[in-house]
Amino acid sequence: MDIKEIIKPENLVHQRTSLMTDATLSYCPGCGHGTVHHLVMEVVEEMEIQEQTIGIAPVGCSVLAYDFMDIDMSQAAHGRAPAVATGIKRLWPDKFVFTYQGDGDLAAIGTAETIHACNRGEDITIIFINNGIYGMTGGQMAPTTLEGMKSSTSPYGRDLQSMGHPLKITELVAQLPGTNFVTRQAVHKPGNVRKTKKAIRKAFEVQREKKGMSFIEIVSNCNSGWKMSPNESNVWMEEHMFPSYPLGDMKVDGKIVKDLMKDLV
Amino acid sequence: MGELRLMKGNEAVAEAAIRAGVDAYFGYPITPQSEVLEYLMLQKPEERTGMVVLQAESEIAAINMVYGAAGTGKKVMTSSSSPGISLKMEGISYIAGAELPCLILNVVRGGPGLGTIQPSQADYFQATKGGGHGDYRLVVLAPASVQEMADFVDKGMELAFKYRNPVMILSDGLIGQMMEKVELPDQKERVKEFDQSWVITGKTKDRERNIITSLNLDPDKQYQHNMRLKEKYDSMSDDVMYETFDCEDAEFLLVAYGSSSRICQKAVDEARSRGKKLGLLRPITLFPFPDAIISKLARQVKGILSVELNTGQMVEDVMLAVNGRVPVYHYGTPGGKIFSPDDVLKAIDEKLMGGY
Ligand SMILES: Cc1ncc(C[n+]2csc(CCOP(=O)(O)OP(=O)(O)O)c2C)c(N)n1
Ligand code: SF4
Ligand SMILES: [Mg+2]
Repeated sequence: MDIKEIIKPENLVHQRTSLMTDATLSYCPGCGHGTVHHLVMEVVEEMEIQEQTIGIAPVGCSVLAYDFMDIDMSQAAHGRAPAVATGIKRLWPDKFVFTYQGDGDLAAIGTAETIHACNRGEDITIIFINNGIYGMTGGQMAPTTLEGMKSSTSPYGRDLQSMGHPLKITELVAQLPGTNFVTRQAVHKPGNVRKTKKAIRKAFEVQREKKGMSFIEIVSNCNSGWKMSPNESNVWMEEHMFPSYPLGDMKVDGKIVKDLMKDLV
Repeated sequence: MGELRLMKGNEAVAEAAIRAGVDAYFGYPITPQSEVLEYLMLQKPEERTGMVVLQAESEIAAINMVYGAAGTGKKVMTSSSSPGISLKMEGISYIAGAELPCLILNVVRGGPGLGTIQPSQADYFQATKGGGHGDYRLVVLAPASVQEMADFVDKGMELAFKYRNPVMILSDGLIGQMMEKVELPDQKERVKEFDQSWVITGKTKDRERNIITSLNLDPDKQYQHNMRLKEKYDSMSDDVMYETFDCEDAEFLLVAYGSSSRICQKAVDEARSRGKKLGLLRPITLFPFPDAIISKLARQVKGILSVELNTGQMVEDVMLAVNGRVPVYHYGTPGGKIFSPDDVLKAIDEKLMGGY
């Protein structure tokens, strides 16, 4: 096939969603953030809900998400996105409201807002990017940083004794009655990308039916913070992150579908 | 004449909020203001007007719910007392930075720290000088009666939307807890049609997306934003409010706001009955501060006493307005202790008129 053949419309396998703006993504090459942005916007486009969708950008590498997603958005203070989303959703109960948060944002400074928004069963979707590190501020230890993992504030590796354990917050929120759909996915391979997109679609459907919180953790790489090439970071993620943060659905239609206690310990 | 009721200040705020057509209230319990949330819950405002009332998990969450909800362009409020207001400060700074309208009630108690639960005016600096981080101001209204607690809800909302800025009602435990006769406003409809040009509703094809943010990574843009905010804060002097008592021929002047001004009014009456030419200026807006009238009165009087339930905060603004023309003193009791009119009279004799 020559180039003319390849670009024929009938050979199209993937088209960039029209709901991403033309702004250049501020993410490091190889980072998972950009992929997830595209997936969320693809789902919004396919569901034809742009006019009803409001997103919340956190403090973290994705603070500028509103530059890239062509929807109405609100920025939120560090960790407060679920509270901001609650305020919006309570006043616009028929809109689709989602937060997009990192692990420092969601599972450290914003733990209370996360747990309580889940526990109230707010009809919102939380998209949670777990890269095991504070990417934006230059690679400090996050609540999700693995045992022994090096970061700029755990330069000799995370020591459980003095620095505490990696926090598996998704296993925790899955146990709350307010959550309806809880899953953990990844976006480093095409198969995972497809599963994640399906999960995002399901989360928005749950929201449409007002069944409670839908919560998607995406285990992602931070090649810059981890000080690896993009490819190395994906291999490292499979070898080290996935055993601690196993992929798959935890709760579907309000029912726990996994042995959470096994994954917690 | 509207409906008359005997109410606590905190209850009056809550009832006025429903009647003003406020769309949402987010709060967290703390003495001495918990009656606001309690009263609202009891009233079932979702049935009366469709108003949303939610008890948040913390003051931090409550103010961020306000931030989110204010971005929808609707009328949103919260209330708390000193320690809770400190927690809200980050959120208030974001709200000011993003230029969102909202109303915040602080029923002040003694501090610092957990302090006391008794009335105090110790949060004057925090309310009028910004409070959170960054270069911003709130409009600050200081009610001196239960009636004003009720009236300032609608007034505060009006100013919040006029300037697209957070407005604070700076009350205290005395006005929040005491019962007085109050004439309640008539029920207003919740506003259905409003300016949605800047709010987050979901982007339609015919417009650019709306973004609520306080982030400007480019210093030139932040500079312009700050300068524009400054212009806005300067323009608020159009809405200065104050009240004068017996100032026409006054030789000495008291300046006091909120509950202190009530006590000072008695002191002025008493001083006048003893033949002393004492007047009282009551700032109703603490920001914008009524400095023009103070500056004017400073040409007339021999001395000024700033009377506050703290160790001396508003006195600094009085001094700035007076600009050295006449001596300015402070009298006050901190920590939740309230002075009597006699205490004020004694302070007037000792401090203000001592040298005359
Ligand atoms: C109140 C507050 N504390 C700290 C910061 C600094 N800060 C900015 S981003 C960040 C960490 C973000 O990490 P994460 O949520 O994991 O997002 P990532 O960048 O990894 O996607 C911190 C601590 C801040 N902006 N505000
Ligand atoms: S620092 Fe990490 S999380 Fe942030 S953009 Fe770069 S790779 Fe992605
Ligand atoms: Mg992170």
